[in-house]
Amino acid sequence: MQIILTEYLGTLLRGLGTTAVLTVIAFVASVAGGLLMATFRISPIPPLRAAGAVYVEIFRNVPLVSLLIVVVYGLPEINLNPGFVPGVIIAMTLVGTAFACETFRTGINAIGAGQIEAARSIGLTFGGIVRELILPQATRTVIGPTVTLFIGIMLSSSLATVVGVRDLTGTVSYINNKEALGITTFLVAAVLYAAISLGAAAFGARMETRLRVLR
Amino acid sequence: MSMQHALFDTVGPKARRRVAIVTVISLVAIAGLFALAYYQFYASGQLAPSKWRELLQPSTMRYLARALGNTGLAALGAAAIGLPLGLLLAVGRLSHHAWFRWPATAVIEAFRAVPVLLIIYIFMFALPQYGINPDVYWKLVIPIGLCAAATLAEVFRAGVLALPRGQGEAAAAVGMTGPQAFRLVIFPQALRVVVPALVAQAVIVVKDTAFGYVVSYSELMQSGRVLVANTGDLIQTYLVITVIYVIVNIIISRLAQRLDSVLARKRAGGGRRFTALIPGRSAIQ
Repeated sequence: MQIILTEYLGTLLRGLGTTAVLTVIAFVASVAGGLLMATFRISPIPPLRAAGAVYVEIFRNVPLVSLLIVVVYGLPEINLNPGFVPGVIIAMTLVGTAFACETFRTGINAIGAGQIEAARSIGLTFGGIVRELILPQATRTVIGPTVTLFIGIMLSSSLATVVGVRDLTGTVSYINNKEALGITTFLVAAVLYAAISLGAAAFGARMETRLRVLR
Repeated sequence: MSMQHALFDTVGPKARRRVAIVTVISLVAIAGLFALAYYQFYASGQLAPSKWRELLQPSTMRYLARALGNTGLAALGAAAIGLPLGLLLAVGRLSHHAWFRWPATAVIEAFRAVPVLLIIYIFMFALPQYGINPDVYWKLVIPIGLCAAATLAEVFRAGVLALPRGQGEAAAAVGMTGPQAFRLVIFPQALRVVVPALVAQAVIVVKDTAFGYVVSYSELMQSGRVLVANTGDLIQTYLVITVIYVIVNIIISRLAQRLDSVLARKRAGGGRRFTALIPGRSAIQ
């Protein structure tokens, strides 16, 4: 335990930093992509609705490992080389977008048709309804699911290890290779992951009670 | 009235023209994306028949079918661990005794807050240092089963909590003890509510078995790696394998949806659909 905290503290923090960077970029990109995809899915444009539905169906059902391998090792074969860290972020975002889209769509569906009819009866356009009515309310109802999404994306960042990016999981596995300290090294990572997950969940629960819309 | 109908009804001539224009633009954009992908494959020579021939050999197909079977075996093994353990954890967390409730809660939260891959690494690299060195199958299946148990426990618990309180009270009123009420009244009803969600969880388990690539258990992903090492057709092989995963998981999801609508009709008072209530934290990997 001591040696991890003295000799390997810097290494460990770098790994944690990589996990944080992967998580934050993929999360922000997934939320943006999810909003776009959810807008596609409720839009009156048939090809966009179909594209959104097909996208979600594919990327919700694909294992991230296999997608990661296709993106990181497969794309260079067709002259597109994203590199390791961007490749991991791309794969995480492709999957994250599908889950974010479904999260937001559920939030939108929870608003209720009556409100939208009311908005339309006072002459709001489709864009206006999305901007003034759906987004402000949906953002609140989806806080909980969005925190779940964040935790999921954070946990999925561990797959970076599979393609050799040294995130938190990769780092403890590297330390274990050098020192063979048994389970302790891995428990350090487990505690850090759990701290972020539970911290995010607690934060989400607080935001949820504070911003809740009573219906 | 559904959301789709509320958002837009029969459009007038002006809006119809606008929808038509955007429809054409988006069709062009989608076609453009496909054309770009096709061009990248074509220009890099990855569409050459020789690059796909190996994959279409009957022997390769038999090999992949066996690999898919192993994926199924791993998923079944994980389910065999996850279902009973998940039920046990749910009962523990719902218990009135703090001595059961706290440990169960701690285990559930811990396994939901940690990536499956880290637990797989513990089984691969840490436990052998203590002389615990099971077969690769178990190094893959036990971690997946443990994480699934934590998620399934929350599914079971949500099902129990979704039942009206009156059910438990009525059981107590006719003189049943707590465990009797759970076994005879609460659990059978809760099970009916959560079965679709349990089936939907199978998607996550199937996805997790792709970690066979990490532990070298010859399921689909690992078999794909072996194929690539032999043929060199990298993107072709992994694309085919990815498509197999997607198809299998779509079938499972559809089955869950079908079950949900069948069971919802049978449930008292119509019953609300349950699939949406899945706690989906581990779904992404």
